[in-house]
Amino acid sequence: MARAASPRRRFLTTLAAWGVALVIFFPVLWMILTSFKTEASAVAMPPEFLSADWTTENYAEVWQRSDYPRFFWNSVVISVGSTLLGLAIAIPAAWSMAFVPGKRTKDLLMWMLSTKMMPAVAVLIPLYLVFQRIGLFDTKIGLILALMLMNLPIIIWMLYTYFKEIPGEILEAARMDGASLWNEIVYVLTPMALPGIASTMLLNIILAWNEAFWTITLTTTKAAPLSAFIASFSAPQGLFYAKLSAASAMAILPILILGWFSQKQLVRGLTFGAVK
Amino acid sequence: MSTQSTRLAARLMVAPSVFVLFIWMIVPLAMTLYFSFRFYRLLTPERSGWVGFNHYLWFLNAPEFWLAMFNTLALVGGVLLITVVLGVLIALLIDQPVKGQAMLRILVIAPFFVMPPVAASIWENLFMHPQNGLFSAIARGFGAQPILFLEDYPLMSVIGIVSWEWLPFATLIFLTALQSLSSEQLEAAEMDGASAFNRFKFIILPHLTRAITVVILIQTIFLLGIFGEIFTTTQGGPGSASTTLPYMIFKQAIVAKDIGRAAAGGIIAVILANIVAYFLMRGIGRHLDN
Amino acid sequence: MGKIQLTQVRKSFGDVDVIPGIDLSIEDGEFVVFVGPSGCGKSTLLRLIAGLEDTTSGTIAIDGKDATNLPPAKRGLAMVFQSYALYPHMSVRKNIAFPLKMAGMPDSEQAARVERAAKVLNLTSYLDRRPGQLSGGQRQRVAIGRAIVREPSAFLFDEPLSNLDAALRVGMRQEITELHQSLKTTMIYVTHDQVEAMTMADKIVVLNAGRVEQVGSPLELYHRPQNLFVAGFIGSPKMNVLDGAEAAKHGAATIGVRPEHLDIGAGGPWQGTVGLTEHLGSDTFLKVTLDSGEVVTVRANGDVALHHGDRVSLAPQAGKIHRFGADGKALA
Repeated sequence: MARAASPRRRFLTTLAAWGVALVIFFPVLWMILTSFKTEASAVAMPPEFLSADWTTENYAEVWQRSDYPRFFWNSVVISVGSTLLGLAIAIPAAWSMAFVPGKRTKDLLMWMLSTKMMPAVAVLIPLYLVFQRIGLFDTKIGLILALMLMNLPIIIWMLYTYFKEIPGEILEAARMDGASLWNEIVYVLTPMALPGIASTMLLNIILAWNEAFWTITLTTTKAAPLSAFIASFSAPQGLFYAKLSAASAMAILPILILGWFSQKQLVRGLTFGAVK
Repeated sequence: MSTQSTRLAARLMVAPSVFVLFIWMIVPLAMTLYFSFRFYRLLTPERSGWVGFNHYLWFLNAPEFWLAMFNTLALVGGVLLITVVLGVLIALLIDQPVKGQAMLRILVIAPFFVMPPVAASIWENLFMHPQNGLFSAIARGFGAQPILFLEDYPLMSVIGIVSWEWLPFATLIFLTALQSLSSEQLEAAEMDGASAFNRFKFIILPHLTRAITVVILIQTIFLLGIFGEIFTTTQGGPGSASTTLPYMIFKQAIVAKDIGRAAAGGIIAVILANIVAYFLMRGIGRHLDN
Repeated sequence: MGKIQLTQVRKSFGDVDVIPGIDLSIEDGEFVVFVGPSGCGKSTLLRLIAGLEDTTSGTIAIDGKDATNLPPAKRGLAMVFQSYALYPHMSVRKNIAFPLKMAGMPDSEQAARVERAAKVLNLTSYLDRRPGQLSGGQRQRVAIGRAIVREPSAFLFDEPLSNLDAALRVGMRQEITELHQSLKTTMIYVTHDQVEAMTMADKIVVLNAGRVEQVGSPLELYHRPQNLFVAGFIGSPKMNVLDGAEAAKHGAATIGVRPEHLDIGAGGPWQGTVGLTEHLGSDTFLKVTLDSGEVVTVRANGDVALHHGDRVSLAPQAGKIHRFGADGKALA
């Protein structure tokens, strides 16, 4: 596929590819455009592509005059929190599975991945009831725990694959050089694993931010993140389209940016290494 | 490369995650199983009583349940079909020597990073809305009646929305797989006189088999649990037209507050997931051999 | 310093006895080479000495003290790995200084030692580069430098030249030998290449399936191999081995003659037809199919005008016929 094609062929395929890409991206584009319209022009018929009077008023109103910042903050705390908690548990586990594999390590890993295949609805009842009983319902901490448990298999898996790429001989060299286990982890392992850890963090923040089951079922008002907020805001009688678009745009913007950087991690993390 | 001291340290370090995941799997599942055999409604004061398999029978006898099962499988199947077929085609297209490939990737992959409620909201309000949506405007432009997507075709609309969200994932996976296909193989085939179509059929498609298998497996896991999109748009309606099994259980638990029944539904969902997994592994698992 | 004693060292992985039991003595200042085919246990043996693997049984003594249960850091040894195992995120300077840092040496002393090692190895201009920016040979030197600064009792080399191309290998081989001559420290060197073994070693340990086949100086192994395995392993091209009637004539189950010990000339006891010939200018290698059926390799000096199909007569040199019994061991 890398051979020089005829200029005409290149032109046609480029045209087709861009056409398809723009069609796919169009809904996002349309939402962004709508967010800068006035409410009137947002529902104008026939629809205006680029409005004459475009405004940033919607963003200001959503951000400043509603509860939006609180939901945004909840999303931030929950995504980052569940990721950090997951990392704290997963890094030692992945270390040991990658560097001191036993006979059952592979099976253990498979079992961990299989826990992700359990349908969330199967544990909805217990979590719902228990959280209410012990006061974790509608709290950020509750969501952090729930999301961490959902994503832990993926975090462990990704870290495992990154750690496995570190040549064992380098750690042995550190041992020969007199490094204690602690020194080995601090001076050699962590610097070499940092890119892998960062990639894993990235993917998990994205997955947690976009999560739309536990964030909706386990919250009402206090801990609701953006996903829950938008989900209940929807179908607004056609009066607040521009504002809805602004709210939505702000909700997805951080992840669109992070997502741009994390394509490779996405493939690695979600296909469990089966595709390279 | 291990000595006794490192082995002991290693076992200690895996312990927390194993413990956590084990508890996460066993305890809630056991509780769900327990509740599924009991009479337990949050709105009534009486809580006690075993009801045996009554809840399960309720599900099996409810037409709504079978509709939900159908909807669930239709949703998964429909999205799989659309994303795999289109994903392969789009990946093939982008893998060509085209200008601005990097930018193309960004545009095509963007929908995957849009959170489900927002994706659903965009489609519901900006496109499918009968008064203000773009589709209705186009229809009216042609002098036709706007289609009431979410009312008349709720399941198909949800399938459409979810497909839009997951198409980028499939495309990205296929694109990655295509780029690992050595151009030498294709060049050799060309020298052997294979047409573009034959090259696709005999070299590219077999190479993609593994990626397609992975996409189907991974997507199935996630698609069986689709929730946010339904909650945001149709709430499972009209009636139960777009209710899937997870959504039905959600309604029993959170709306009807019938814990016992919802728990039985949850167990049924686990059984369904296992059945699907079994058939999937039998059908396409052999393409995996890691 | 640098005297290492292995007594009945055994290593098994699960049910597999990789090393059934080895006794070995390495003197201070010796250059010892562990050589053998892939899987013979030479790397495992090295790692046991280094402390990177636990012995299943047996003792390892370093300078008279029992080191069997000591971790690698406390054995006073330094290792150069096959892949060099340099720390990719540290500069060359930091790589070489790392063991000193782990030992808690003051910074100024660290710097002094690093400079010295860098000078010996011609690395001074590379000190601030990262391993990723160095060539294979340079990385090799950094790995050696990291080992030198520790001033260990012995150096352990695990197939250090395998990843280098042929020309570089010859040069590095000589550098390592010169290093040994100047430092006079014990060196234990693992390789599968018998040329490296022959050129570098004071003492060669030939290993096969975890067992020591023979220990001796290079020339001892060359002139007096104690069994068929060593006879066939040392020397390139391989020793010609004949059994059957021809061997019986010499009172042995098998006899062996090295290609370089076969003279070409009229009247030799072995007649044959020349098959493949390789003319290198300095030597000529001939594959000759004897009338009795066996195929032997002959090495002749200079350029010999023999070609495919020529008839030739070969005579083994006196005293250069090695005789082996039915058990493969050399006969007196």
